[in-house]
Parts: sequence; C-alpha cells; structure tokens
Amino acid sequence: MMKSFIAISLALGAAGASAQQTVNMPIVIELSGAGAVSGTNFRDGAVLAIEEINAKGGILKRKINAPQADTQSNPGISRAQVQKAIDGDPYVILGPVFSGSVKANMALAQQAEVPQIVGAEAAEITQAGNPYIFRTSFGQQMSMPKIANYLRDGLKARTVAVLWVNNDFGKGGRDTFVKEMAARNIKVVSDVSTESGQMDFAADVVKLKGANADAIFVYTNEEESARFLREARKQGIDKPLIGETTLLGQKVIDLAGPAANGARGHVGLSADAPVPAVLAFKEKFSKRFGYVPDHNGIKGYTGVYAVKYATEKIGRFDRKLLAKTLHGLTIKPEQEPGILMETTWDNNGDIDRISFLAEVVEGKQRIVQTLPKLGSGK
Amino acid sequence: MLLWQTSQTINFAQGEFVMLPAFFVLAAMKFGGLSFPMAMLAGFAVSLLVLGLLFKRLVVEPVIRHGVLPLVISTIALAILMKEGVKEFYAADAQPFPAAWATTNLQVAGMVVSVQNLVIIAVAALAVAALQYFLAGTRTGRSMQATAQNPALARVLGIPVGRMVLYTFLINAGLVALASFLVSPIYLAKFTNGETLGLVAFVAAIVGGFNQVRGAIAGGLLLGVVDNFVAAYLSAQYRAAIPLFLLIAVILLRPQGLLGRAEERTV
Repeated sequence: MMKSFIAISLALGAAGASAQQTVNMPIVIELSGAGAVSGTNFRDGAVLAIEEINAKGGILKRKINAPQADTQSNPGISRAQVQKAIDGDPYVILGPVFSGSVKANMALAQQAEVPQIVGAEAAEITQAGNPYIFRTSFGQQMSMPKIANYLRDGLKARTVAVLWVNNDFGKGGRDTFVKEMAARNIKVVSDVSTESGQMDFAADVVKLKGANADAIFVYTNEEESARFLREARKQGIDKPLIGETTLLGQKVIDLAGPAANGARGHVGLSADAPVPAVLAFKEKFSKRFGYVPDHNGIKGYTGVYAVKYATEKIGRFDRKLLAKTLHGLTIKPEQEPGILMETTWDNNGDIDRISFLAEVVEGKQRIVQTLPKLGSGK
Repeated sequence: MLLWQTSQTINFAQGEFVMLPAFFVLAAMKFGGLSFPMAMLAGFAVSLLVLGLLFKRLVVEPVIRHGVLPLVISTIALAILMKEGVKEFYAADAQPFPAAWATTNLQVAGMVVSVQNLVIIAVAALAVAALQYFLAGTRTGRSMQATAQNPALARVLGIPVGRMVLYTFLINAGLVALASFLVSPIYLAKFTNGETLGLVAFVAAIVGGFNQVRGAIAGGLLLGVVDNFVAAYLSAQYRAAIPLFLLIAVILLRPQGLLGRAEERTV
C-alpha cells in the first residue's frame, strides 16, 4: 500500500514537473480558406522562432508548447478556437491574421486576460481599448498615410482608382485610404469592391480601366491580388498598380508570375528588406519550410520573440504584467536578435518600426526606399 | 448533363471534378518530376480513370439502384471528400498553374486582346464542335443518344448500353479535365475552386435547358455575359446574386430552360 502511495506520488510529481517545464502558447490561425497563405506563413514564422527558443532551453527555462488550431478563415470558427485555446490556460495566444477573425475573438482573450499577438491590420482593432491586443505589423492608420504620400509625392497622382476586398481588412483599409486621399486632394474616380475568394476579375478590371485614373490602388488579400494582377495583365492595364504587402508579397509574386512585375507600393514588413537580420531570417525560413516567406512569416517570428524578451524582462510568467510591459516597450536587435528590427509598441498595442517602398522587378520584390520609424518608445 | 441523360446521374461534385485535374498535373510535376506537357497528359489519363471509370464503378453503380436522391447525397459527400483530400494531401492555399499557351496580348485596332482568351475560346469551341460531331455524326454517338432516350429499347436493338454509359462518363471526365487545364492558369489551382464553378455550371445548365447540350452552352454564355456586364456597369456587390435571379426567373417562367424541351415523366 505504502509502495503504491509512493509510486503515485512520484508519478504525480513527475507530471507536475513536466507541466512546469512548458509554457502554453497556442497558435490560432488561418490554415485553410481564403487566409491560408497569410496564416501558414504566420504559423511557420512562429514555429521557427519556437524551435529556436526551445533549442536554447526555452523562456525562463520553460519550453514553449504551441498547439495549432485552424480558423478556416472563418470568424465564427476562430472564436470557437480561441475559446478552446483559453480553456487550455495559455500564456499568450498567437494569431489570427484576418482582421474579421480578430474582431470576432479578441473580446474572449480580453475577458480571460490573455495577451493576443495578432497579424491583423484593420485600424479599429487597436482602437477598441483592449489592453491585451498587440499587433505584429502596421495598422492601416499607420500604413495608409505612407502610401498616400507616395501617390502624391512619388507618382504625382491627381486621380486614383481603388479596388478593395469586401471584408474587415479591405473595408477598413479602403475607408482609411479614401480619407487620406481626400486630405491630399487626390480624387478617387473609381471605387470597386470585390469579394473574398473571388476568382474572376475581368469585369472589375474593365471598370478600373475605364476610370482612366493616374494610378490604381489594390487592397485585396494575397490570392485575390494574384488573380487580379493576372487579369490586369491580360487586359493590358498600363497604369501604376499600387498596393501594400498583400500586393507585393512573395506568395503573390509566385502566384501571379510575370503579371506581378511593375506592381509597387509600401510594405511595412518584407523578407527582402535590406536588413541583414531579416535576410538571415528569410534564409533560415526557406531552408526549414522549403518556400520563401512573406511578411506574415516575419509577423509570427517576431511576435514570439517579443513575448520572450518581455517575459525575460519581467522575470516570470504573468499575463497581466506581460501586457502591461509590452505597452510602450521598444525592443532593439542588440537586446533581442529575434526581433530583427527595432520595434516599439504604443499604449494601444500598435506597432512602430521602419518600413519600405518596394517594386516587383523580374519576379522579385525590390526595396527602393527605407522609411524611418514614426517615433520611439521607452 | 450528359450523365443525366444517359444514366440519370446528377453530379453535385461536378465543380470539384473541374478542380481536381489541375492538382493531378501539379502532383505529377512535383512528385513525379514530369515536364508540364507530360504532366498534362498524365493528368488527363488519371482524370479519365478516376473521374470517369472509378466514379462510375465505385459511386454511381452501387448507389443509383437506390434512386436519384441517394446518388445526389453521395456526390455531395464525394465533393467534400475531394475538396478536403486536396487540402489535406496537397495544399490549402492557391497554387500557380502554368499556361500551355502564350500569355501575351495582341493589339487589334486599338484594342488589347489576350492570346490566352483567344486560345480558351478556340479550344472550347473545338471541344463543343467535336462533341456535337461525335454524338450526331458517328455510330457510337448515335448509340449513346439512343441509350439516353430509351435504354431498354436500345438494349433490344443490340446497343451495348453499359459501354455507352461508360463512354459518357469518360467524355465527362475528359471535358472536366480540359476545363480544368483552361481555367486554372487564370483562377489558380485551389481546393475550393469547385464551389464557384459547380454552382455556375448548374445554374447555366438549368437556365439553358438541362436536356440539351446547346442549351447548356447558351446558358453558360448568357450567364457569363450577364455576370460581367452587371459587375462592370451596374453593381459589383450584387454580381453573385445575378445567376440566382436568372435561375429563379427561368424556373418560374420557363422551367424547361431557354432551349430545353419539356419532358413528361410517370410518377
């Protein structure tokens, strides 16, 4: 009897010790559906960072356990997956990328007081007063003014046509963009909404072509951007096609082929950025997963390292304190090489760091200019 | 539609049938190391085998004897299986699919004409013409028509009905493979492609007339033109609703379809 008691006690002790050696960081992400490209990149970036950190002993000697859940790019499913992740007592939740999904599930993480590191860019996500939400890339309110300045100063555009995807990401971006155009006296002469997952862009391109604007701003998700670029090339559009990371990302270039050449715009993050740490990341990622990452890969990777740095700074696993610490925090590559570029989070969870103007040349994204950070944090 | 006429098979996986051959080609290139032309041939052959022969033997034949409804449900299940299978074993995200023709443009009288579009129109027209010739101008084609009209009488006349039905399935498989190779360079290869394509194909067949090849062609053309005109000149937001409006209008006003003929059945 005594032997059994000792054996059970030892077994329970071992199980407890094993549980103590890991920290739970579930990845709730788009692995299928319209957001599969973005989600897979984000997931793989996060997995790469987690493997590196675990290989070096983990965070505060605890290895990261990162179960993955597919939102299927569906806000309703993402909500259920986040709830499931919360039931597992996570330290942080990584993802999703789609703004519509983040808007649907971020209240759950907030109620549970779990920091959520997301890849979403819709402006309103960080404007809802949620102290547990943190971006890994620019929100639209940061990126659109940069694009607007480029249209005004770089292209000298007086008129512009807009093609956008009718989801939370696209609508938020379109609204911010139109506002920025009005502030610079650039006239929006055509405003074309498209559907998420749309396959045929023939009619949309006819419409844009007919508008005869000085430039066309394209704000759709990656796969739709590639289909649009192919159709635009087919119909011989010769106006500058301007966009954000979702137009100039490597996956879009791979999908669109030669039709992507000539597309240009602003990229908040780029695996082709002329930053040695980013290029080294790109090489590691490509070697590990067999494909070239897009900006979402960097989001997942740097998001994990931000959590590592902030946790080691506070010296213990405390979700509330982690969220508090991340607000206003600046992480420099000298302090944490995994952050790749100096990054600051403001009190809303919005991010600030250098960004880039890019152009697709011969099937590659080429950075033509580096834009500085807007400000600095503590 | 051919399947319906010869074997009362309503295939709700038809959209996925168009999605799958592109992945056969991509898999042949990726895992088999074949060149694109060889992979196309291999993809075509596998399509005939899987979407023609195996579909008939493993899905249609065991289920059709229980009635049309179980078969409808089986093909819906098959569609899900094919979609999830591609997602699980190949990729969840879109894949580039090479074009077997030039993707350049021609300048004709100030207009830009895509060579890709011209090739698609030419191949589609050729396929339709060849099918029409085969059905109406050859002995086998006429036997297939006889099988479609009255299988019992066709059997009495010595027509090998089973083989004629098999030919129909093989022709269907060949046509979906061709469609897949034509649209995938534009739409990209993705496991969800069948959802849109299947819906549009069904609506086109019903609008044009479910029992006439020329009806389905007319329905497809009408749908394509109306969809694009609405999106370009009226409202892009409501374009998805237009095919359904057309469908409802046709069902209410001309249930046999624009070019179809009314059929009577004993119930």
